[in-house]
Amino acid sequence: MTTPFYVSPEQIMKDKADYARKGIARGRSVVVLTYADGILFVAENPSRALHKISEIYDRIAFAAVGKYNEFEALRVAGVRLADMRGYSYDRRDVTGRGLANAYAQTLGAIFTEAGKPYEVEIVVAEVGETPELDQMYRLTYDGSVGDERDFVAMGGSAEQVTTSLREHHREGMSLGDALGAAVAALTAHPQDGEDRTLTPSQLEVAVLDRTRPNRLFKRIVGAQLESLIASNGGGGAARKGKSKPTGDDAPSEPSGPEAADPDSG
Amino acid sequence: MPDKLPVDGRLPAVFTTPGVSSFTEFLGLAAPDLLPGRRQPPASVVTEAPHGTTIVAVTYPGGVVMAGDRRATMGNIIAQRDIEKVFPGDEFSCVGIAGTAGIAVEMVRLFQVELEHYEKLEGTTLSLDGKANRLSTMIRSNLPMAMQGLAAVPLFAGFDPESGEGRIFSYDITGGRYEEHSFHSVGSGSVFARGALKKLYREDFTLDDAVLACVNALYDAADDDSATGGPDLTRRIYPVVVNVDVSGFRRLPDDDVGAMVQTVVDQRMQNPGGSPAPLR
Repeated sequence: MTTPFYVSPEQIMKDKADYARKGIARGRSVVVLTYADGILFVAENPSRALHKISEIYDRIAFAAVGKYNEFEALRVAGVRLADMRGYSYDRRDVTGRGLANAYAQTLGAIFTEAGKPYEVEIVVAEVGETPELDQMYRLTYDGSVGDERDFVAMGGSAEQVTTSLREHHREGMSLGDALGAAVAALTAHPQDGEDRTLTPSQLEVAVLDRTRPNRLFKRIVGAQLESLIASNGGGGAARKGKSKPTGDDAPSEPSGPEAADPDSG
Repeated sequence: MPDKLPVDGRLPAVFTTPGVSSFTEFLGLAAPDLLPGRRQPPASVVTEAPHGTTIVAVTYPGGVVMAGDRRATMGNIIAQRDIEKVFPGDEFSCVGIAGTAGIAVEMVRLFQVELEHYEKLEGTTLSLDGKANRLSTMIRSNLPMAMQGLAAVPLFAGFDPESGEGRIFSYDITGGRYEEHSFHSVGSGSVFARGALKKLYREDFTLDDAVLACVNALYDAADDDSATGGPDLTRRIYPVVVNVDVSGFRRLPDDDVGAMVQTVVDQRMQNPGGSPAPLR
């Protein structure tokens, strides 16, 4: 017969937190930053089908890093919660803050009660009528919420990415400049000194564009993404990538009108 | 309050359950009281609820036009003179409603969320037939109410990216779904509207021709059906006209429709029955 060991609650929480942090650190990074017309999401994600960035509601989008099945469950729950709120009240009554609260409660409950915490970090962003009203909430595995301004970086090399963004991000940047800053930040690796490149096909890019009508979320794919990356001065690594043949991008271009299907990427 | 949150504040398991991409099915699990069609109608109802009337739809090469008059009636009373009865379904479809307005409008609201919900969860849109079938299910769930006289019968149309053309679907109160070719109409004035469209329709319609045919058909419906409202030139209340083609759903601006209406009215000043079709 074995006697159960006593483990202090502090130790349990610390172990869970370490476990979750390790899981998150293994993943590639995601950047969320404001620009003149809204909020830009950039993820290093070679997959065209498994998204890290998604539409939740008219003005709200979701970005995540970590374990896919876990953040996918959270994304689905968010879409359901938002659609149910919007259906039972009104579309204007669905807010990023309400969604962030529901996520925080859920992640917090899972962290304290479940044997294994969710290895995820997510951002819920809501674009406002004006830049001052933009909201970005960062939620971590233990349910803590941070109300962020200007930019958020999550994932493996979040610190380097944050350092780079702090240097390059300015308020009211154009979309091209913001994308350049984001790509430059994602390729920044000062420690190992390795010169990384990111081609458009390795990027998942989307915006919440306040100048659009109704549903403001839009994926930027294919030719539009390539020309945006080519047009900006920053992100030298990405420029290099442009010269690489990008034939595999062709199917990702929307066949219909651009607004047809925000998730067609 | 529909959000039944448990004590620890965590979202209920039904929110994270995988595999359900339908908003209606989800609502049935999470908040069934929000679903239309779940209500038990009283044994005998007096149907003193506003009714919507005539909707017409016409295809043309590359798209479809749908138009509806602006009248809602309650018995012999005009309940509303500027009701809107044609709505977007999603980016590539539209739906017009006839029958009990309250039930039909709620059905359309649910239908819109259903399509958007699927699109967000699955990352792809439903096929046009899939959308038409979802609407069919919703009408079927309203059958008990329909048997009590509170029926809602929509007309659904959209652009099918696979065939590159506009398509029209009509329904009956049991949820039966029928694809219509060229043109169709529903509502109390539909017989007159369909008669007009039969004479006016040409296969080589342009968008403007199709809109003009719709406005003419609604004029004829209002001419002979008291529940259908004609264009109200004094208040500038014109039919709602929408068009769906390869670039998506678009509601025609009131000024454009107003100009069309003026054309039709001017023509009717000369010939109250509208332009005669060639006999031979």
